Amino acid sequence: MGAGAAPRPVARRRGMDVGDLVFEWLCRGAGVIVLLLLGGIIVTLFIGALPAFREFGLGFLTSTQWNPVEGRENYGGAVAIFGTVMSAVLAICFAVPVAFGIAFFLTELAPDWLRRPVGTAIELLAAVPSIIYGMWGLFVVVPFVQMHIQLALGDYLVAIPLVGFLFESRFFAGTSLFTAAIVLAIMILPFIAATMRDVFLQVPPVFKESAYGLGATRWEVMKGVVLPYTRISVVGGIMLGLGRALGETMAVTFVIGNANRMPQSLFDPSTTIASIVAMEFPESLMGSMKQSALFALGFLLFVISFLVLAASRYLLRSRLKA
Amino acid sequence: MSSTTETKQSAEAGFGGMQARSGAQINATSRISVRNLDFYYGTNKALKGINLELPDRQVTGMIGPSGCGKSTLLRVLNRMYSLYPGQRAEGEVLMDGRNMIDPSVDLNELRSKVGMVFQKPTPFPMTIYDNIAFGIKLHEKLPKSELDDRIEWALSRAAIWGEVKDRLQSSAMGLSGGQQQRLCIARSIAVRPEVMLFDEPTSALDPISTLKIEELIDELKRDFTICIVTHNMQQAARCADQVAFFYLGELVEVAPAARMFTAPREKRTQEYITGRFG
Amino acid sequence: MSTTIFEPPPRAAVRRSAALASRRKAVDLMVKWFCLAATLVGLFFLASIMATLLWRGLASMDWVVLTEEFRPTRYGDETAPKGGLVHAILGSLIQTAIGTAIGTPIGLLVGTYLSEYARGSAFGNVLRFVSDVLLSAPSILIGLFIYQLVVLPMGGFSGIAGALALAIIVIPVVVRTTEDMLQLIPNTLREAVIGLGAPKWKMITLVCYKAAASGILTGILLAVARIAGETAPLLLTSFGNNVTSFDLSTAMASLPIAIYQQANSGFPDLIEIAWSGALLVTLGVLAINIIARTLLRGRQ
Repeated sequence: MGAGAAPRPVARRRGMDVGDLVFEWLCRGAGVIVLLLLGGIIVTLFIGALPAFREFGLGFLTSTQWNPVEGRENYGGAVAIFGTVMSAVLAICFAVPVAFGIAFFLTELAPDWLRRPVGTAIELLAAVPSIIYGMWGLFVVVPFVQMHIQLALGDYLVAIPLVGFLFESRFFAGTSLFTAAIVLAIMILPFIAATMRDVFLQVPPVFKESAYGLGATRWEVMKGVVLPYTRISVVGGIMLGLGRALGETMAVTFVIGNANRMPQSLFDPSTTIASIVAMEFPESLMGSMKQSALFALGFLLFVISFLVLAASRYLLRSRLKA
Repeated sequence: MSSTTETKQSAEAGFGGMQARSGAQINATSRISVRNLDFYYGTNKALKGINLELPDRQVTGMIGPSGCGKSTLLRVLNRMYSLYPGQRAEGEVLMDGRNMIDPSVDLNELRSKVGMVFQKPTPFPMTIYDNIAFGIKLHEKLPKSELDDRIEWALSRAAIWGEVKDRLQSSAMGLSGGQQQRLCIARSIAVRPEVMLFDEPTSALDPISTLKIEELIDELKRDFTICIVTHNMQQAARCADQVAFFYLGELVEVAPAARMFTAPREKRTQEYITGRFG
Repeated sequence: MSTTIFEPPPRAAVRRSAALASRRKAVDLMVKWFCLAATLVGLFFLASIMATLLWRGLASMDWVVLTEEFRPTRYGDETAPKGGLVHAILGSLIQTAIGTAIGTPIGLLVGTYLSEYARGSAFGNVLRFVSDVLLSAPSILIGLFIYQLVVLPMGGFSGIAGALALAIIVIPVVVRTTEDMLQLIPNTLREAVIGLGAPKWKMITLVCYKAAASGILTGILLAVARIAGETAPLLLTSFGNNVTSFDLSTAMASLPIAIYQQANSGFPDLIEIAWSGALLVTLGVLAINIIARTLLRGRQ
């Protein structure tokens, strides 16, 4: 980011100072290390995944099997992939409207004295470690979902035409895809809200004033001017949140139920790539097929989140250009 | 403090607008009357006891050095200041007999009557058509054909129809600076305000675009009461019927343009016009 | 164009629909209430997390938790001694310190390179992109990477593997803030130093770093806060340990892992201890964050 900035002054000296040469190469060397890190992650994940890819081929993507019994070992990634995407997408659906509300409130509606403390509080929400979200989720959100959503509203939800089946579950533990999505949504909420707030603040006031000058209300200015101005960056911010949700481990592991079955309902337990790796990897045998299958899932998670994050960076890049 | 204006200060200012519109009367009634207006940025008093009449369907030019309060006054007239905490106005801005800075007056309605054009062109990031439609749709629900007519009318009125009629659906960001500014004028006109405020509308434009805007302002005063803030004395002389000179938050002098630039009564006005300060 | 369109359409203020105006106002009001509600919801979550942590964390917080090592559950045997988290606290401190010590210089150099050497160069843009991707990459994948790279060759989980995984997380955080902070330094300052005849590396290390010091420190603090609560990569690298260990070549405990294991143990007394640990981690992380913010604000 920041491309197009003025070039840095360059020392006009005849013959480079030795110190200059050393320092520049140190910096460049560190840069190479960072590139190697990313390359290393891709390569090691792929190498680890190779036995599983060889064994199961493309079927790995669609198989819902997860059988670690020796001799009949059979692994497929479909459940975890589905759980990962589903929980992240649901989390985005929950988080985006609320994040937008917070960003709108912080940039246009809140009185001045309230903006900084509330903004800081939201940012602190982003700093809370994910394991804390997991624990809080397990001991607070899970019982809430179980008692006050699933038991209290379950019958009404099931009765909704067309989508009712999504809420029909035989599982009443409270740990479910739905709970995971809620906790994830709360986790990514501050990231999306902060990005939106920052891009909203970059709209030049005079454009907003022109719309106000036509008699537009705050909401109409937001809808008609601010959002059209910032839509690319807003989508970028949402993608950033999606990227985080896809790869989140601890918060999900606590509350999703870790069931290697295709969920039939939002209230069914499920699993995600990150949480199945966290749950099963430490106890798998070194060099086993199970370990390789977990590497394979890790590799897939890398590919998915890399694509999302790359898209997000690309979209957010234009944020400084305007 | 300030000298009274040459134009008749009519007590019927509140009703004058409608009457003037029906009659052929010129130069007699006031569209907006500013009475004893004080303005504060926090604790800093930026306008002190301003009294000013904006004659109906005439151009009032506001001049003065930077920071003298002329733009501030403009932003009071459509209450743009109310967007920002800590800014407040006291006094009266009378229009149709109502004090427009009273919080009970509906902001959106006020702004639909008092349009504003800014220093820099501010095309919204949408098509030319949608830019004009944006303001109209806020206040009126029109059938498509009527909306089209209104947009054509507004663009024609802003002397840009010919240049954009074949590309209404392309982005407004692709227009030149001068075109963008005329588009913004069209966007304000489309709402059919009664008063148009211009805040240094040509300071970001080249000389030819400037000339076009000035001609346009001259044309527009047939239907609109216009108030223009400018740094450019020649521009004030060319466009304005009445000129108001501000200095350090005070309205020093108001006079018909011809007299203001030939025989100012106040020493400070004279010094500013002859370039002694500012 | 026809001349007729120059006639103004009937002004008739009455045509401005009053119904439309009141509907617009209603929508605006609704959106405002929604936004207020959304903000309250966000704040409510923070409050709920903090309240739960304080309530349950303080309940079992005592000297024992801070000074004793892990003990098995006292469930069914009230006379057994209560355990604590000191092994995990020490392990976390060690791994966080080493991770920061390794990651910071690399991140600093890369940030410097991006800001001072690679403006607009293709390599610089790729590097910036890669660093930004690493910044948000799923941390568990970094665990898998270090597992393959360090744990497998060493034949087992180790503290150093954990520290290395944390170092990888530190780097992009420091890169981002270092570049941003160096960017804020006006070019005139650089020109002034160069104008005195100083070589570029001296300009950077003696002047730019000094000018951006508090900002860079902020970045390092934020990185520390980030890794202090990191759990997933440690699960695959240092794994956790029930006793205090200073040996970097064997499995090492850490606070987040201890919390994870004890919270999932099912024993109420261990869960209580986990809450105490959670309170410790959160207060530590939030405190570092607030210090970092204050530093940055003091600058501006």
